[in-house]
Amino acid sequence: MASIVTFAEQREGRLRRPSLEAVSEARRLADQSGARVEAVLVGSGVQGLAPELGGYGADVVHVFDQPELGAYATEPFARALAQVVQETAAFAVLVPFTAMGKDFAPRAAARLGAGLVSDVVGLNLKDGRLEARRPMYAGKAYATVRWEGEPQMATLRPNVFALGTPDPGRPAEVKPRTVDASARARVVATEAAASGKVELTEAQIIVSGGRGLKGPENFHLVESLAGAFGAAVGASRAVVDAGWVDHQYQVGQTGKTVSPTLYVAAGISGAIQHLAGMSSSKVIVAINKDPDAPIFKVANYGLVGDLFEILPRLTEAAKAYFGAKG
Amino acid sequence: MKIAVCVKQVPDTEARVRIAADGKGIAETDINWIISPYDEFAVEEALRIKEKKGGEVVLVSLGPDRVQSALRSGLAMGADSAVHLKDALFEGLDTLGTARALAAAVKGLGADLVLLGQQGVGGDNSQVPGLLAELLDLPQVTMAVKLEVEEGKATVEREIEGAHERWETSLPAVVSAQKGLNEPRYASLKGIMAAKKKTIEVKDAAALGLSAEALRSRTTVAALEMPPARQAVRMVEGDPDTQARELIRLLHEEAKVI
Repeated sequence: MASIVTFAEQREGRLRRPSLEAVSEARRLADQSGARVEAVLVGSGVQGLAPELGGYGADVVHVFDQPELGAYATEPFARALAQVVQETAAFAVLVPFTAMGKDFAPRAAARLGAGLVSDVVGLNLKDGRLEARRPMYAGKAYATVRWEGEPQMATLRPNVFALGTPDPGRPAEVKPRTVDASARARVVATEAAASGKVELTEAQIIVSGGRGLKGPENFHLVESLAGAFGAAVGASRAVVDAGWVDHQYQVGQTGKTVSPTLYVAAGISGAIQHLAGMSSSKVIVAINKDPDAPIFKVANYGLVGDLFEILPRLTEAAKAYFGAKG
Repeated sequence: MKIAVCVKQVPDTEARVRIAADGKGIAETDINWIISPYDEFAVEEALRIKEKKGGEVVLVSLGPDRVQSALRSGLAMGADSAVHLKDALFEGLDTLGTARALAAAVKGLGADLVLLGQQGVGGDNSQVPGLLAELLDLPQVTMAVKLEVEEGKATVEREIEGAHERWETSLPAVVSAQKGLNEPRYASLKGIMAAKKKTIEVKDAAALGLSAEALRSRTTVAALEMPPARQAVRMVEGDPDTQARELIRLLHEEAKVI
């Protein structure tokens, strides 16, 4: 039977949502083609996560559970994935386009001599072959991409593929495996970011601030609004380059490309660089004093006015709404 | 210490994208070409290492004649020499084909460190660093925001979702640059003048020992389109209090996103 291999990323003993999205998508494609979904799980003490992958649609879970694999390292993870892909003769391989997937999927592709399509936002089966849709030029254009030969490897953008409804009773066959865990490059220290911080590329809601805030001393208005929405904080390149906030907050072509359900742009005029990184968001709210700002061309809802008056009131209204909702 | 830096020439990030007549790429007329910003961080980092430790910085770029201007910009920043990979066989290569050509070129240089951007803006694949490392059988650390080079090893810091990591790698290695690694310098007038005298060696597929079969693409862009149009904006009117309350109502009742 034909196989689709998916990589299940876990950190600290928890499967990360983009992995579950990848398994769900693999299940959808497998149901169309009569294929089997084979998940690859790598780590230390991770075998207990296999049933959850089964619930989302994995038929087989290949578990590489070794003490040396407790910390992520590129080389063994690439080896483990390539090993399963080769042995199952998979026709498709789906990996989340996260920091981890971005790092080791190309290495696995080179080992396999396989075509890899990055940051895919849509997959279709046509006559038994995959066809991918992906943004290019940070979303200024969309490409339809096809593979030659197999396996057809893809990394999937987080937050885009629908999460299946898990069936806790759905069994998965567990195959314990081992891989050469040696690595010439290794993590020697990890420092967690402040707790409660929502990661931009995986956030459902993002509130971003731009130059309209006039100075770094006012950026807290954006942070408060984000807090009220339980949202991640973003920023335009202008304010990152001006040193108001760290570059990791930057949304746009030389920053992060995001696709949240709700994107609130406060005091961002909408330079093409910025629009490129956020225009695939589902719903966009623009708040700006200039009614002619380009950001309104991509927005669903527009508020023209003074940020310093609107943002605090919006924060209050959001707190009241979420408070009432419980 | 010898450092190879792979640079890609890309359209300016402020450029408007128009689709070419064949519907498979972008129209290249009226485009201002630049070094991919992430590759510029790689060039800058290579120059800083050279300034501290001594050594040599060699640029490698693949593409048509126009990439020579990207190589000249890098030479003007201070790189010592450049290799231009140019061949009809290199046109339209996918990521794996590109990495195979770069790997063949870099292999011959005997570099202690290979630096390049974490992604080429435009293609946005973030693949070549990992492909190149595997093809060269070197360790890799991607998306570096800090790099310290010592004898035979390097310490690299990178950011992942919710954490900051410090890595150690043996050298030689492939390290890819993320925004935050450094602030690239502007070329000085002296640098621009000096760049004119530096050599750009042109190599074709045969010189690299690569056949059409070895370079064969595994992926092809079948069509390129403009993004779907977004619906017209709905303005939320009134005083700031009304705007705030009305927006929350619309997000809940109409857009159903909260």
